[in-house]
Amino acid sequence: MTQGFLSKNPSVLIFLSALAIFTLVITFLSNAYGAELISTSMVKTLGKTLCLCLIAIAMDLVWGYMGILSLGHFAFFGLGGYMVGMWLMYARTRDIVMQSSAGLPLTPQELSDAIASQIFGVVGTSELPAIWAFAGSLPFQLALVLLVPGLLALVFGWLAFRSRVTGVYLSILTQAMTLALALYLFQNDSGLRGNNGLSGLQNIPGLAWAGQDRLSVWFLWASALALGLGYLAAAFTVSGKFGSVMRAIRDDEARVRFLGYPVEGYKLFVFTLTALIAAIAGALYYPQAGIINPAEIAPIASIYLAVWVAIGGRGRLWGAVLGAAFVSLVSTWFTGGRAPDLNLGFYTVKWVDWWQVLLGLSFVMVTLFAPKGLSGLVDMFDGLRPPQRRGAPLGPDDGALQEREAQE
Amino acid sequence: MRRLLLALAASFALAMPVHAQEAPPQSPVTAEAPLTGLAAVIAENAKSIAKPSRKTIGPIIAAIGAAGPGAPEFLEAWADKRLGERKSDNGIFLVESKGSVYLLSDPVTGALMGEAPRKEISEIKPNAGVRGLIAAALIEFQLSDANIAKRRAALVALSRDGGAEHLAPLAASIPTEPDAEIKAEKERLLGLLTIRYGESSADRVAAIESFGADLGLDFRASLNPLLATTRRAFEGAPEGNVAQELRPGKPGFTAEEAYDLLVAENRAPARLTRADLRAALEAHIENGAVAGIPLAELDTPARRDEAYDALEAAGLVPAAATDAEVAETVAAHRYAEIYAEPDAAVTTAAAAALKSVSFKVEAMQGADLALDALSLASIYFLAAIGLAVTFGVMRVINMAHGEFITMGAYTGYVVQLYISDYTLSILVALPLAFAVTFAAGVAMERLVIRHLVRRPLETLLATFGISIALQQLFKNIFGTQARPLTAPEWLDGAWVLNDIVGISYIRIAIFVLALIFLGLFLFVMSRTRLGLEVRAVTQNPSMAASMGINPDKINMLTFGLGSGIAGIAGVAIGLFAKVTSELGADYIVQSFMTVVVGGVGNIWGTLAGASLVGGLQKGIEALNPSNTLAAQTYMILFIIIFIQFRPRGIIALKGRAAGD
Repeated sequence: MTQGFLSKNPSVLIFLSALAIFTLVITFLSNAYGAELISTSMVKTLGKTLCLCLIAIAMDLVWGYMGILSLGHFAFFGLGGYMVGMWLMYARTRDIVMQSSAGLPLTPQELSDAIASQIFGVVGTSELPAIWAFAGSLPFQLALVLLVPGLLALVFGWLAFRSRVTGVYLSILTQAMTLALALYLFQNDSGLRGNNGLSGLQNIPGLAWAGQDRLSVWFLWASALALGLGYLAAAFTVSGKFGSVMRAIRDDEARVRFLGYPVEGYKLFVFTLTALIAAIAGALYYPQAGIINPAEIAPIASIYLAVWVAIGGRGRLWGAVLGAAFVSLVSTWFTGGRAPDLNLGFYTVKWVDWWQVLLGLSFVMVTLFAPKGLSGLVDMFDGLRPPQRRGAPLGPDDGALQEREAQE
Repeated sequence: MRRLLLALAASFALAMPVHAQEAPPQSPVTAEAPLTGLAAVIAENAKSIAKPSRKTIGPIIAAIGAAGPGAPEFLEAWADKRLGERKSDNGIFLVESKGSVYLLSDPVTGALMGEAPRKEISEIKPNAGVRGLIAAALIEFQLSDANIAKRRAALVALSRDGGAEHLAPLAASIPTEPDAEIKAEKERLLGLLTIRYGESSADRVAAIESFGADLGLDFRASLNPLLATTRRAFEGAPEGNVAQELRPGKPGFTAEEAYDLLVAENRAPARLTRADLRAALEAHIENGAVAGIPLAELDTPARRDEAYDALEAAGLVPAAATDAEVAETVAAHRYAEIYAEPDAAVTTAAAAALKSVSFKVEAMQGADLALDALSLASIYFLAAIGLAVTFGVMRVINMAHGEFITMGAYTGYVVQLYISDYTLSILVALPLAFAVTFAAGVAMERLVIRHLVRRPLETLLATFGISIALQQLFKNIFGTQARPLTAPEWLDGAWVLNDIVGISYIRIAIFVLALIFLGLFLFVMSRTRLGLEVRAVTQNPSMAASMGINPDKINMLTFGLGSGIAGIAGVAIGLFAKVTSELGADYIVQSFMTVVVGGVGNIWGTLAGASLVGGLQKGIEALNPSNTLAAQTYMILFIIIFIQFRPRGIIALKGRAAGD
């Protein structure tokens, strides 16, 4: 089976080795373990980018292979981050309270009150909300990283697919879901510190001795591992018969249903699976970012996710990874003010101001002229040229994508 | 000697005219003829008038007020710091600074009485407290002033802080009031003052009842202080005007609260708080233990209590009330809410009046809410109608729709830069915004959307790309701060029905605009060739094409039309919201909701969707007014669930037109 799987998916081996080489190179160039050529903040940026690549894989599974344009996957990403952030914040505050207390040892009640007033003083309450009941325990909270987003995806997906909401309706509905969640979290009495969000997440309780230099590299390893495993799992999902059904649903849902496949079950499974992948990516992302707040799950974030996947090339796992890495790194470069201004003589283009315009327009260009995105470049390199399709229907159904047409 | 005499004579001669001028002014104070009226009162109290003190001046002001003609003018001059005192004889004059001298006039008649050098006169400057007393006394005169503006001003001042002393003058001024409107106001104010300061309880009850279920805020404001209560504890039966007796242990009044009340009234010793307990124990740590209990074990409340009891037994800490003692003390008292107003008849009448008012108030609030919801719905309708048209005809969700709204608002702003007359500029801006966004929409359709036919998800993403590009472009051009789009003056203000129901004219205008567009749209769709072709393309593009309709042209026109309406909505929204590059983005999700809930391809669906979304949002906000975020969250949740039952919206296309 393994033999067959790998030979059917040559990209898996290439991808995994590229990822491994990348991780090793960064490690040997980092401050903690090598040549000190890459700053710790850069290592963190790269680690975060790996997490974004992971959620891009999830997006590619659900959109590129399944045809569900979800505009809400960052909700799951953010929820995963919140769940792990709760433990980080609680445990760290507990350490601080324990250290600063003198005299009598604290009673459990006093301890929890002190932690609560430390964490929630900023939103004007001093009681620990019920949802923080497990925040003191790492295993529980890690379980919640999967349980909460998974359950939300399961319930939402069941409701949406059962009533056969499809196409743009579904997209709008997922967008509504993530907006509702973001608005809910923005309230101060949501129990997650309102728009302050959770902060100080880069300090891992019990690992203070390691220092940020080493922690950043460890998180890079963890993110690379998660990305590698996620890629494997996704490649495995789309390679067999299951993957064929997924693509069939994308290209003509009604026909698959008439052939007797439980379309809703497939959709629900993939939707929930990708939500779980997104949650894991989020749980790894936010300890590196250090802060999470509800603005992170605003609808715009999820739309950007779709942009990454589209620019990278949907319908191919490595395309999604390529797009996420490329666009997010280039974005960081342009918006970070490091890009040189472009002097046109009559007007100086400051990239901080104009990057979004460029991104938006190039995105339109990609959708219009290169539906395969950056991965189309690889096709060109391989000598596969897409037909001039402009305006002609792509497949039998709205949103269909024919991968093989390039080879005809 | 002769020289000296000469000099004396000369100086006397020089001084003479001055003296001659100064002589008459002495008359008000020192004239031989007995003084009457105001002049007498002033002469009698000259010292106090010159150096008024808030504590003692009351009776003098009253005396002046009662002294007859000239009193109001005198009081006004006093309060305006226009009085002066002559140092030589303490005479009081109206003074007016003129160069190096003061012109003096008689304080009663105002007749000019000569002048005096600056150092002779000290100006009288009463402090703010005294001026307040004077103003209160003046109100009585102002209430019957010939000038209508002054009477109005006096009424406003009275309604702010009227007191018992104003009752009689106010009542006295009513019969002679010539203006019917002011007379009604005076009568209302008299009633309100009687409620609070009336002499007998019968008067006050009658005043309360005379208002019936009046909705005025001022009436409720007069009733509420009467019904204010305080919680008190009593050893025997409650005394005073009891509103309600409280039993500890019931919801709303726990035993804890009862004990806290007792502590606050010094009827019981304060309880030992956890913090105090901790401090007391920490003060008695000896050799790593408290009262023989090791520190490490003191991390449970039970062990801590044990330690404290041990210390208490040793006499090291004061005795703390135990739970049993607390319960006993609580049980030994009775508790009641006591009205601050001692008169039971008045409070009963006030409570009854407030109850009948509050029912009416609630009904009115419901009406106000309905108006709010209606206006919100018309905004959503305007914002969503363009989306619904393009989605209905082309199955394309235009994510840049919000940016077209913003574009319309910015068009209005730019027009106002060139046309300063607001009415004219709005009249120009509306068609211009339509034209600009129509052109933008047509350009977008031709350049992008046409090439993505039958790929709705990709169209959605491409239009999103346009949306982020446009949004940043607006930021680069117009900056991030809000730009003004000012409504013409005749749209300022609000249509106020009473103190509760009111709606601003801008919102009424938007409602009218929405109605106009509904009418226009219905007309275009059902009575014109274009509408016929649009409906045909909506139902079946290929069939329409084979009947000789050019679907490309129809698509282009509908897209332009939808965008144009968005531009007009932008002008309307910009009139009351801040015009920033994110203006449209704030409305876009609600517009999507409206389209999804309403269903596509039918204007009535959009209308129903807008009403539902707007009404729902306002309704949920009314249930929890402090939290608009929660309202939006619940609304979206409701819509997600609603879609379960009507996945194609309220009014869905049926049959072949539905497309699937």
